[in-house]
Amino acid sequence: MREKLVVVGNGMAGIRTVEELIERTPDLYDIVVFGSEPYGNYNRILLSPVLAGEKKIEDIILNDDAWYADNGIVLHKGKAIVRIDRRNRCVVTADGLVETYDRLLIATGSLPIMLPIPGRDLAGVMAFRDIGDVEGMLDAAAHYKTAVVIGGGLLGLEAANGLMKKGMQVTVVHLMDVLMERQLDAEAAGLLRKSLEDRGMRFVMGARTEALIGDGGRVAGVRLADGHTLPAELVVMAIGIKPNVELARRAGVHCDRGIVVDDTMLSYDGRIYAVGECAQHRGAVYGLVAPLFEQAKVCANHLARKAFASYKGSITSTKLKVTGVDLFSAGEFSGGPGDEDIVMKDAKAGVYRRLVLRDNRIVGAVLYGDAIDGAWYFKHMRSGTDVSDMRRQLIFGETNLGDSGHGGGDVVAKMAADAEVCGCNGVCKGAIVDAIAQKRLFTLDDVRSHTKASSSCGSCTGLVEQILASTLGSDYSIAPKEKPMCGCTDHAHDVVRKTIVQNQLHSIRAVMDFLEWKRPDGCHACRPALNYYLVCAWPGEYEDDYQSRFINERAHANIQKDGTYSVVPRMWGGLTTSSELRAIADVADRYAIPTVKVTGGQRIDLLGVPKDRLRDVWADLNAAGMISGAAYAKGLRTVKTCVGAEWCRFGTQDSTGLGVKLEKMCWGSWTPHKVKLAVSGCPRNCAEATIKDLGIICVESGYEIQIGGNGGVKVRATELLTKVATEEEALEITGAYMQLYREQARYLERTAHWIERVGLSYVKTRIVDDPDGRRALHERFLHSQKFAQFDPWAERVAEPGFDREFNSMKELA
Amino acid sequence: MNDWVDIGVIGDIPRLGARAVRAAETKIAVFRTDDDRLFALEDKCPHRSGPLSQGIVHGCRVTCPLHNLVIDLQSGEAVAPDEGRVGRFDVRLVGDRIQLDLPGARGRHLELA
Ligand code: SRM
Ligand SMILES: Cc1cc2nc3c(=O)[nH]c(=O)nc-3n(C[C@H](O)[C@H](O)[C@H](O)COP(=O)(O)OP(=O)(O)OC[C@H]3O[C@@H](n4cnc5c(N)ncnc54)[C@H](O)[C@@H]3O)c2cc1C
Ligand code: SF4
Ligand code: FES
Repeated sequence: MREKLVVVGNGMAGIRTVEELIERTPDLYDIVVFGSEPYGNYNRILLSPVLAGEKKIEDIILNDDAWYADNGIVLHKGKAIVRIDRRNRCVVTADGLVETYDRLLIATGSLPIMLPIPGRDLAGVMAFRDIGDVEGMLDAAAHYKTAVVIGGGLLGLEAANGLMKKGMQVTVVHLMDVLMERQLDAEAAGLLRKSLEDRGMRFVMGARTEALIGDGGRVAGVRLADGHTLPAELVVMAIGIKPNVELARRAGVHCDRGIVVDDTMLSYDGRIYAVGECAQHRGAVYGLVAPLFEQAKVCANHLARKAFASYKGSITSTKLKVTGVDLFSAGEFSGGPGDEDIVMKDAKAGVYRRLVLRDNRIVGAVLYGDAIDGAWYFKHMRSGTDVSDMRRQLIFGETNLGDSGHGGGDVVAKMAADAEVCGCNGVCKGAIVDAIAQKRLFTLDDVRSHTKASSSCGSCTGLVEQILASTLGSDYSIAPKEKPMCGCTDHAHDVVRKTIVQNQLHSIRAVMDFLEWKRPDGCHACRPALNYYLVCAWPGEYEDDYQSRFINERAHANIQKDGTYSVVPRMWGGLTTSSELRAIADVADRYAIPTVKVTGGQRIDLLGVPKDRLRDVWADLNAAGMISGAAYAKGLRTVKTCVGAEWCRFGTQDSTGLGVKLEKMCWGSWTPHKVKLAVSGCPRNCAEATIKDLGIICVESGYEIQIGGNGGVKVRATELLTKVATEEEALEITGAYMQLYREQARYLERTAHWIERVGLSYVKTRIVDDPDGRRALHERFLHSQKFAQFDPWAERVAEPGFDREFNSMKELA
Repeated sequence: MNDWVDIGVIGDIPRLGARAVRAAETKIAVFRTDDDRLFALEDKCPHRSGPLSQGIVHGCRVTCPLHNLVIDLQSGEAVAPDEGRVGRFDVRLVGDRIQLDLPGARGRHLELA
């Protein structure tokens, strides 16, 4: 017998929980949903655009009747639960229907607060909460002229804007002197007010409403405490909401402001969960969807008996959904003692930005007029980034940081992959770009259905469209992910890595079992990542899982578009000899290799080798003393050098020799993404060391070590890590840096992105300021190299049993 | 009427792996899942002809090595929202021998590669 899950509240949090649950375990429960509204589940947030005439009711339905039926869910529409009987474990509707439960999920949302003033029961007085309210307002707008909205917060302004667009004359009455005082400071609120006034909205600030005046049963005016009366044929109260918990309270479920829940969204009754606006977690109740969706995930996880996730509370951000007004607010902005403010204001252009910092971390942000960087600030705020390094440019936003793109004005192209685009659903740019590229999405709707980005409040729609345009325009793909590793798990990369080490997990199977992977053997995205994390965590112990490596790393060669492979032997520091070149020429002739090319990495590529000839080619190259160049590996690729002091008239040090030493130390290592090094003999920098993962610029007095460069999709120049006097120091720092990157970066995160995430200062503290720590890192690197420095070509050549990777199974004549 | 052709033993294919079989003009990829089920598809991705035998096998699916299209091994169809389909062949295990159904192959001289 399956257990029965009863859900009270057919709203956003309740149904998101059900969606998350059936994604995890479709068959664990019989699910019955009660909703007091007579509709399927709809997107409440979008009531504002519906009111403003920018969307229709049909557009905001999230799940229609068919969805419930397809998933075997029984939905009782328009049926409110009036009683919960905990002893007999059942719920009762107003018309006497009784339904028993094994688990109960309460998701009753909030109730709008109505002022207890005379006249509040008159016709034409309403709240702004559900479809019924919107229909009432639209109807009033069609028949009447004047409206008063009480409350100048987010909801009130969205209501006022919608009514104005429907042709009404709207006055907003607000108790405070500042609009949206919970989200905005006085400056930003002033700009907002001005822009709304320019559109025709009127404001009465610092005013208390005393009574509503009626005329023949319908509201006709609003009387303020100072005696003034405003004409009003429609009054919308938007002064706040309160958690809708009467039902739970009467049943004896412990409630404070909301239903009190623990970190798994369980109430004091072990069979009753609560999510959404009716729940109170660690003292906080929320009124925005992003936290509710996080709660839904955790609750679903727990209902599915995958006990790993827990809810830790949310930091929220807000955008105002008034078309043409660009406004973003997050965190604390009123600032406490010791907090610092960075402010930028251009009143004429209508742009205002304020950041509040505490201990070099962003704790609050208000952006008005140009909110494009909101997501970026919010990301740093949530991850607690130390912003000391970027402090001077911080206020100008992401676009103005050193992280320079290929010029041009496209903001989206410059957003980091892990910048959050859709705050409601926690979707970052990388995930959208991946989905577009890998699933070949072409429309906004595709992106919405595959990533959920822009499917809730829609305020990021513009960004998503720009990402679509820029991604489809240039064929740009791979990006590191934050958030869950992939669809097979809810856990993020960092959690998985930590778990591997802490719980001594030694195989992919063990990791998947321990963390309850949703798909039995993962997918092409998570398996290579797990394999790398295990290789890195257990050098010498972990047995590499070949079937979890991308074909290039399995075949030790790069697959080409026609299914043939390319072969790139190592040329240490870009040096070669006549005999190596002769051997390469012989191989090219012997196997009729169609293309021989000098690569961008100072070595030679033999292209067009059929798979079953790879081992012959390698055997011949090995015989001439050459080994694999790992041009296919998430590992050390090339070390580019210039001629340096040995020949060049400007050379200050032996850059070629140092390059060779670096390559001999680092070859064979596995890393989160590929790693490229370079050494230039003087600041003329002929080896292009300043766009490498680590580049050394030789000067008379020693070696400048530069890190975090990238010459690929997004050009990024290196930043100076430190300067040292000797080659030995340069080698030790390089080893320590390699190991820090190996241990800390997420799979497929190149050094440039990793450093942007953790900050240059962090790398400095670990490698420059802490000599013991540096030596330990370097030693760990050298230790792991003991098990990595085997030429895979020679190994495969010597191992005839490896037929199964390199030959056809059978040739059928 | 099936034409079963012997192509080798199950141990020739690694778990979560694949091998290719060449039959005149056609290349056929034979896959082995983690729970030892076998599937055979034309070794040619519907997207741009990538060799599916070189992809990563997971569950009852394979991801094409060239651009990550995911194909269901049982039906030969791309997993939604991707589109496309590849030809499939019947394959069976008799003892530990793998047999492939290749219409018209019977009586031909077969050789191990
Ligand atoms: C062969 C070569 C082009 C050439 O003919 O010169 C090449 C070829 C490929 N590059 Fe590259 N890159 C080559 C030098 C570069 C360089 C220049 C350099 O290393 O100095 C860069 C820019 C520097 C950098 O990485 O920061 C470069 C930036 C990329 C990128 C973008 C990386 C990024 O972080 O933005 C990719 C895509 C990726 O790795 O995900 C890429 C990916 C590729 C792949 C592996 C594409 C693929 O996935 O199949 C190509 C493999 C072709 C093959 O089979 O050999 N290749 N690629 C060069 C091999 C160098 C070598 O000797 O190993
Ligand atoms: C106009 C408007 C604009 C908004 N804009 C934004 C925005 O831009 N960004 C943002 O993050 N958030 C926004 N919000 C807030 C967001 O909509 C809510 O936070 C979210 O809907 C709360 O979800 P919930 O499931 O807790 O409650 P709800 O979505 O309200 O769902 C609760 C459901 O339970 C039903 N119910 C209640 N009692 C019972 C009962 N006894 N029996 C059966 N059913 C019952 C109710 O009818 C309701 O359908 C907006 C809200 C409104 C009204
Ligand atoms: S730039 Fe690199 S990835 Fe692009 S086509 Fe050339 S070799 Fe291939
Ligand atoms: S060829 Fe298979 S995905 Fe492109």
